[in-house]
Amino acid sequence: MDSQLPRLLGVATGETLYMTSVAAALVLLAGLPLGVLLVVTDRGGLWERPALNRVLGTLVNVGRSVPFIILMVAIVPLTRLLVGTTIGTTAAIVPLVVAAIPFMGRVVEQSLREVDAGLVEAAIAMGSTHRRIVFQVLIPEALPSLVRGTALVIISLLGYSAMAGAVGGGGLGDLAVKYGYMRFRTDVMVGCLVVLLVLVQFVQWLGDALASRFDHTGARSSR
Amino acid sequence: MITFRGVSKVYTAGGREVAALRNVSLRVEAGEIHGVLGQSGAGKSTLIRCANLLERPTEGSVSVDGQDLLALSPEALRKARQGIGMIFQHFNLFGSKTVAANVAYPLEVAGAPREAIRERVEELLSLVGLSDKAQAYPSQLSGGQKQRVGIARALAPRPRVLLSDEATSALDPETTRSVLGLLRDINQKLGVTLLLITHQMDVVKAICDSVSVLERGRLVEQGKVTELLAHPSTRLHQLCFPAFAPPTDAPSGRRVALTLAGEHARRPLLGTLARQFDVDALLVEGAMERVGNTRVGRLLVDLQGSAEAVSQALAYLREQGLTLEEAAHG
Repeated sequence: MDSQLPRLLGVATGETLYMTSVAAALVLLAGLPLGVLLVVTDRGGLWERPALNRVLGTLVNVGRSVPFIILMVAIVPLTRLLVGTTIGTTAAIVPLVVAAIPFMGRVVEQSLREVDAGLVEAAIAMGSTHRRIVFQVLIPEALPSLVRGTALVIISLLGYSAMAGAVGGGGLGDLAVKYGYMRFRTDVMVGCLVVLLVLVQFVQWLGDALASRFDHTGARSSR
Repeated sequence: MITFRGVSKVYTAGGREVAALRNVSLRVEAGEIHGVLGQSGAGKSTLIRCANLLERPTEGSVSVDGQDLLALSPEALRKARQGIGMIFQHFNLFGSKTVAANVAYPLEVAGAPREAIRERVEELLSLVGLSDKAQAYPSQLSGGQKQRVGIARALAPRPRVLLSDEATSALDPETTRSVLGLLRDINQKLGVTLLLITHQMDVVKAICDSVSVLERGRLVEQGKVTELLAHPSTRLHQLCFPAFAPPTDAPSGRRVALTLAGEHARRPLLGTLARQFDVDALLVEGAMERVGNTRVGRLLVDLQGSAEAVSQALAYLREQGLTLEEAAHG
């Protein structure tokens, strides 16, 4: 019976990594432009579009206020449309992405807003295009903060993915519930927790390491 | 080179209208250094930001190098801005870029080829004395070094106009002097026209050819620094030489305030009074200030001697074209 444990944990870890990494890639791809739009379309922004800004802001708030477990079952039709099925690991990626994009959007928005307005002003005074200001000034200046924010979003995705069992997505959360809880397998429960803990620690460590590598605002000079 | 015509800027804040600039007209000739002097809240910052349309005036027109900025399309305005450098009180350097990359930025904006950018960056860093810091990040530099990078960056696309927004206000006095010296050099060697705003009279005295005094959004005075300082009635003179405190002692002679400027400041006037009129001058209070290459001063003196001799001496001083005011006897 004990020999089952490594196999079970291995499969579940694979499923969790698959769901989280694919979802994270898609979330990054969509969340970055969303965050940029939230900043530039705001009043006083580079590309002022108050109506669009309000619509985006409202969508983000709605997305963020729906509990994940409910979102997952509520968007089943969308999932079917996109991946052709509503159950399984791949199907679980759809709600993960939908839930995390608004979160990522806000994280990006906040990072970009922390950039000193004086830098944007200097860039405008030098005759920069808006495109250049976004890609050469806002994003590079916010990079350490963006990286930390991304780590935060990925860790949240790891958390959300624990609920993917509800749609047959498998993963560590599912394993912990089905074996660790329902079959009283304490070893499985502990194993799942340890793997999750290691994953979270790793993402956090990587995020911090990358962020301080990109940070040239003082801390680095003392190294 | 820079012309403001009837420029007003009104902000609406919480339903209330606040006028930051009221009907400001200003002319900065090519090749000169023009200072706008004013206290915080006078509207200086708004004024200089109108010179490259970081702020759009509510009324009036702004032209730089013959171009009416308000008439330009967004694309043409971007092009025009590439010819107007700007430096800032807090430097506004890109913290994620090296010193060299900061200086290269405006050249990339202008679409210069890579090789030309590299050469120009080297040339500029050597101009501001920071060749050894090319690969450093701004956070590793002192305030004075940061402003030098700011100046190098602003000059990169060879602008004909440089705007300075309180560029020395965050620096210590010694660094201020060296940055002002650099700005003076740039003005003289490269012929760049400078418009600077400051709340420091020292900056005006050190490098400005002409000056405007801004108070509560209005220009109250405009002219050559030396000419304005030579007249005790001007605002600039009063700011430079605060009124003498009411005397606590009885005057020991006829008490007069003398304003020395230009020619007068270069002659031993008090000695002349003693030799020619047998009038001694007791210095009560006063100051001589260096303004660019000349001196301007204001002295309070008690002229001692026979009443007739003192009258003759005063007549002589007036004849020389000196401005003198007799202190009221208390």
